[in-house]
Amino acid sequence: MTALHSPRHSSEPLSTRAPRRQRKPRKQIGPIWVPGLLLVSPSLILIGVFVYGFLGWNVRVSFSNWRGLSPSYDWVGLSNYTSLWHDERFRGDVRNLIVFTVVFVAGALLLGFFMAMLLDKGVRGEGFFRGVFLFPMAISFIATAIVWRWLMDNGSGEDTAGLNKLFAAVGLDFLRSDWHKSDSMWAIAAVALPAGWALSGYVMALFLAGMRGVSETLRESARLDGASETQIFWYVVRPALRPVTFSALLIMVHISLKTFDLLYALDQGNLRIDTPSLYMWFTTFDGGFYDRGATIATVLLLGVALVVGPYVWFTLRTERR
Amino acid sequence: MVRATAVVPRSTVGRAAPPPVVAPDADQRPRWQRPGPVHTILRYLALWSLAAFFLMPVYVLVVTSLKNPADVSVTRIWELPTSFSLENFGAVLPKLSSGFRNSVALAIPASLLSSLLGCANGFVLSKFRFPLSNVVFPLILFGIFVPYQAVIIPVSQTMTAVGLRGGSDPSGGLLGLLLIHVIYGLPITTLIFRNHFVALPNALLESARLDGAGVLRTFVDLAVPLAKPAFAVSIIWQFTSTWNDFMFGAMMTSRDSWPVTIALNNIAGGQSVPFGQAMAAALLVSLPTLAIYILLGRYFMRGLLAGTLQD
Repeated sequence: MTALHSPRHSSEPLSTRAPRRQRKPRKQIGPIWVPGLLLVSPSLILIGVFVYGFLGWNVRVSFSNWRGLSPSYDWVGLSNYTSLWHDERFRGDVRNLIVFTVVFVAGALLLGFFMAMLLDKGVRGEGFFRGVFLFPMAISFIATAIVWRWLMDNGSGEDTAGLNKLFAAVGLDFLRSDWHKSDSMWAIAAVALPAGWALSGYVMALFLAGMRGVSETLRESARLDGASETQIFWYVVRPALRPVTFSALLIMVHISLKTFDLLYALDQGNLRIDTPSLYMWFTTFDGGFYDRGATIATVLLLGVALVVGPYVWFTLRTERR
Repeated sequence: MVRATAVVPRSTVGRAAPPPVVAPDADQRPRWQRPGPVHTILRYLALWSLAAFFLMPVYVLVVTSLKNPADVSVTRIWELPTSFSLENFGAVLPKLSSGFRNSVALAIPASLLSSLLGCANGFVLSKFRFPLSNVVFPLILFGIFVPYQAVIIPVSQTMTAVGLRGGSDPSGGLLGLLLIHVIYGLPITTLIFRNHFVALPNALLESARLDGAGVLRTFVDLAVPLAKPAFAVSIIWQFTSTWNDFMFGAMMTSRDSWPVTIALNNIAGGQSVPFGQAMAAALLVSLPTLAIYILLGRYFMRGLLAGTLQD
């Protein structure tokens, strides 16, 4: 799947070769891998402490009753988890997150795939289109949210603005929406619009790389066998795209679970677009409920790990083959 | 063949020249199999509509921020300007200038430092493997995906304890924030460099070794100069993510040290802010990363693919 490896003869790490065939140029103290390990050890220690040590620390906080500014590590078992389970706001957040993830991920995958299809065969101005579809990736979610907040304005009548105004101008008034301010559990689905705007180009880039990885020889031989373009797509390109689709899906789901800045800057305090990642932030740093914040963070981590863990494992396993 | 999907071929990674996605040459299909004119028109229609959708916010940003503040109104968001004025920019620039200074002071050293460390890690992990490096590498990779909420309480506690957070620190939290960005950038930079060095022929290293160069010497004299394209990818990626970060900045810094995203959110966030100024501020803050994207898109794209472990 990935081309992380290159031919064996050239990429085999030095340490696994038999060094004795050559005269040792300098006195080696200890095994050959020691200097290498020394070179990476600062990073390894930093990652060990700041990623894994801190993850563990956070999990520990989730088993405590720490509220307020001074830390407390009294063991309370799973009680934070059980109260989170019964927490109305958290339940709403999970519902919101599911709605958002389904709409956003499905939308971004479909749109990204469609854009890749349009560009795959080579069109005039491909570089321009590719650039236009992908540039939102370079922009911060804060700036994205600030523009889209005005585009998704929900004023009505004389105050109609943003996209609603555009709809009215072209006679599509029935499309008018309150967007993320709707009083419905689907309000958060509107956020899939700015999120999709920001990220479907990314999906396109993944699919495009995948499609271009299907060699022209393969397509050509199918053509010589009399396959139509549709058949080639269905029987040659589509199966070859399965790994990319899988990657794109997992990457998008994990981004969706972590979405924070966009929602924060779009409409702070709107519970219709609240998610666990926002709840964690506000309950911890505004409310001082460190115990609850750490618990939400742990649940979030488990969610991400369930999605990404197998992916990392799968990628590395394919690479070793 | 099937396994080779999803990737820019390995061999392109080390070189700067070929773009990651290459259009096939001329349409090689026989004439009767090529798409007809209707098909072609539909295709371009779809492409241009999509381009309009993606550029719509840019239109709103540019047109609104260049209007005379008196002409700016949300209900006339789509109208072309009848006046030209830089007043909106003049109004927000003083409020954003310290944010810009802070973000520059943050993003440049953060991207350089974590790229340098990532270079060393990638070099060792691809060429001088040590026992258990097969276990360490996946653990580093997973670090790319960790949700920052799951570490932010310990980070805030640690930074407070060492006096690097917010007001208690002379840099207003910027130094601590720099440290955070360097550390949490390590997994992705390590991956970028590791992928780069895997393609480096061992004969080169072998000859350096025969010349008596140790690991450190080989790294400094051979690996770093050979890794220029990977440095471009890594520095650009790190610069962009540091510049665009919001959560760590909001947690770490006090008012005077706000990075530009936090300044932007606080200036242009509320509904009370004039629409024209909000747009001008959002546009200004996006310009640096946008310029990098336009000028060095190829490297940006490679960082993007590396983030999916696909490079």
